[in-house]
Amino acid sequence: MEKQKKETLEQILLSCNYEKTALIAIMQKVQHEYSYLPRQALEYIAKKLDISPAKIYSVATFYENFSLEPKGKYVIRVCDGTACHVRKSIPILNALRENLALSEDKKTTDDMLFTVETVSCLGACGLAPVISINDEVNAAMTPEKVRTYLEEIKTEAKKEAKIRE
Amino acid sequence: MNRFTCKEDLIEARRTFAEHLSRQKKKVLVCAETGCVAGGSLEIFDRLKALCAERGVNCSFELGHGLEGESIGLKKSGCHGFCEMGPLVRIEPAGWLFLKVKLEDCEEILETSIIGDKPVKRLLFQQDGVIYPTQEEIPFYKKQTRLVRSHCGHTDAESIEEYIANDGYKALETALFDLSPDDICREISEAGLRGRGGGGYPAGQKWEQVKRHKETIKYVICNGDEGDPGAFMDRSIMEGDPHRMLEGMIIAGIATGAQNGYIYVRAEYPLAVKRLKIAIEQAEKYGLLGHHILGTDFSFTIKINQGAGAFVCGEGSALTASIEGNRGMPRVKPPRTVEQGLFAKPTVLNNVETFANVPIIINISAAEYRKIGTANSPGTKVFSLTGNVKSTGLIEVPMGTTLREIVFEIGGGVKDDKAFKAVQIGGPSGGCLTDEYLDLPIDFDSIKKVGAIMGSGGLVVLDETTCMVEVARFFMNFTQKESCGKCVPCREGTRAMLNILERIVSGKGEPEDIDILLDLEDTISATSLCGLGKTAGSPVVSTIKYFRDEYIAHVYDKKCPAKICQALKSISIDASLCRGCGKCSQICPVGAISGEIKKAFTIDGTKCIKCEACISTCKFNAILEE
Repeated sequence: MEKQKKETLEQILLSCNYEKTALIAIMQKVQHEYSYLPRQALEYIAKKLDISPAKIYSVATFYENFSLEPKGKYVIRVCDGTACHVRKSIPILNALRENLALSEDKKTTDDMLFTVETVSCLGACGLAPVISINDEVNAAMTPEKVRTYLEEIKTEAKKEAKIRE
Repeated sequence: MNRFTCKEDLIEARRTFAEHLSRQKKKVLVCAETGCVAGGSLEIFDRLKALCAERGVNCSFELGHGLEGESIGLKKSGCHGFCEMGPLVRIEPAGWLFLKVKLEDCEEILETSIIGDKPVKRLLFQQDGVIYPTQEEIPFYKKQTRLVRSHCGHTDAESIEEYIANDGYKALETALFDLSPDDICREISEAGLRGRGGGGYPAGQKWEQVKRHKETIKYVICNGDEGDPGAFMDRSIMEGDPHRMLEGMIIAGIATGAQNGYIYVRAEYPLAVKRLKIAIEQAEKYGLLGHHILGTDFSFTIKINQGAGAFVCGEGSALTASIEGNRGMPRVKPPRTVEQGLFAKPTVLNNVETFANVPIIINISAAEYRKIGTANSPGTKVFSLTGNVKSTGLIEVPMGTTLREIVFEIGGGVKDDKAFKAVQIGGPSGGCLTDEYLDLPIDFDSIKKVGAIMGSGGLVVLDETTCMVEVARFFMNFTQKESCGKCVPCREGTRAMLNILERIVSGKGEPEDIDILLDLEDTISATSLCGLGKTAGSPVVSTIKYFRDEYIAHVYDKKCPAKICQALKSISIDASLCRGCGKCSQICPVGAISGEIKKAFTIDGTKCIKCEACISTCKFNAILEE
């Protein structure tokens, strides 16, 4: 593993006092850093905390929020809680998936720009239906509105790519 | 101000802060909770702040040192509850509530209402031609009794000073200096406080059981893993009035002899986590948390643990397993959490709303508290009123309020004036209540009697366009996904039930399916380990009980009466209305429509995917959906 990565992980472990019981918090921090849980990182943590990789994987795969695969730059979560569902959240999900050529199994676009997931409730039920883009809640969504958002983000990303060039 | 080292320090601080608060002659409260923030309330706050500075209006943002003379208090408040009308701005003491405020409204608000003394009329609530100047007059608020949420929307959500000024930590003071642990437990028991997380278990009994244990290490856990989809009561308390909940937890510590507290919060609530962190730091700074609280021998710490997206962690033993860093799977009980909870030590586990009730009970006394609500369920209940209702948001009503009052008076009735069908209460473990129960006074016991549960307080209003079979499928899909997989009846049983429901909504239901569903539910509820499995089938049983005819229509007639289930829809062209323009055949993505120009077109039902694209394209309303 690269030195830098090791240092980051050490910092995370230190902030949790190398406590086994802090495993979930540690993995949350790792995921925050890398947007997913890289295998190398999990193996490193297992060694350092003296717990088996099997146990780490058992925890990592149990919780919905952990991802073993990299996520896109923009993580869009469509709320499908009861309030959003009865105010027609599924057409919004379909519009997103259709626009980005994604499906229930394929959640991230090939250019790693977007990840589209569902979430069971964002707790913004009074504004249903809602989606969150990188944790920012957007209220009273419609399929048209999300399409506009996608176009805005895509244009922005193209501009950024040009500047980098 | 420094750390309080004795009771007198706190009393003195309360006097100072209250005096500071009284110098804020006018208060401008901008809602800064998830909902209104999504609508841009933080930008509105900044704009108001900048405008005040430009116009030379003397504003104060926090209580404490440096607050000299009179000023206008500009604050970020907790949730007012009327989320659909956000962003909300409230002006006190006038009590005006401005709705759907936009950035461009700020100047007018400043000139008219902050510098001037008149409300901005166009931003006030209006219904049927009547303008409601003050918040308290709005029908949505009129029937409410705001006890637990009395501070939410009225105070600065990030200020411990303001909480203290409003009699905050007074109950802690009483609990530390005037009451014994036995007294506290008795008071909570006598108040009849029942767990607001769903079960309705008497909180006082729980505390009593933990107190009796001889163990030296005990824990207090606050369950903020509000997982029921469609519910956000606890989020609003954690975000809008976090100190009230912390105070309740500390008092539970005193009563039971616990030294450590944990708050388990959903990862989906980042703002709640932020506000709780701030609140804990503030309380530690003033010595209301930590070692030797107010100079006594009592010490108490609180840590925050974030969930990672598992509904089952709302169950006690799963929650403690998760805090310990394990898979959140429930275990066999007994031993119960009060005997062997976190790290196998006696543990008090209550939810956010329950703890938030504690300071109120200590402050007003059990006898006074019992005057609110019903005999078996005293106090109030916060509900999140959502779905197909005109006014959605958070409401707090005394136990015993009827559904009719909630849906039609507070909520203003069904959205778009459609017909009321049912209320889904209690989330994925709950059931539905139909119009025959509109006048049922609701409390823990009355709801249970009619086949639903109080749950944590999610109230989703369903109108005539809701398909109840699809609602049952929706909840079963949720529960099936969230089943932890430990015990077979839940893991396999929920999947079997989901398969059947999916079959029914896709038009492939078999005549015996309804009975199989009921049979499966019977087995799953009798043999599952935890509450998730035991109640997994409740929404199905409840919808079959009240809406069997809808199931029958799906299974026998292959029709969805609410016209929701895609597979059961049929789309056809009315030949008498069709002019033969051919637009529909051009837009059809699967080439299911054909015909000759200027003659009636037809749809090939075997090809049609029921996307309805043709319906919105037809200018002559010739395409019908059945």
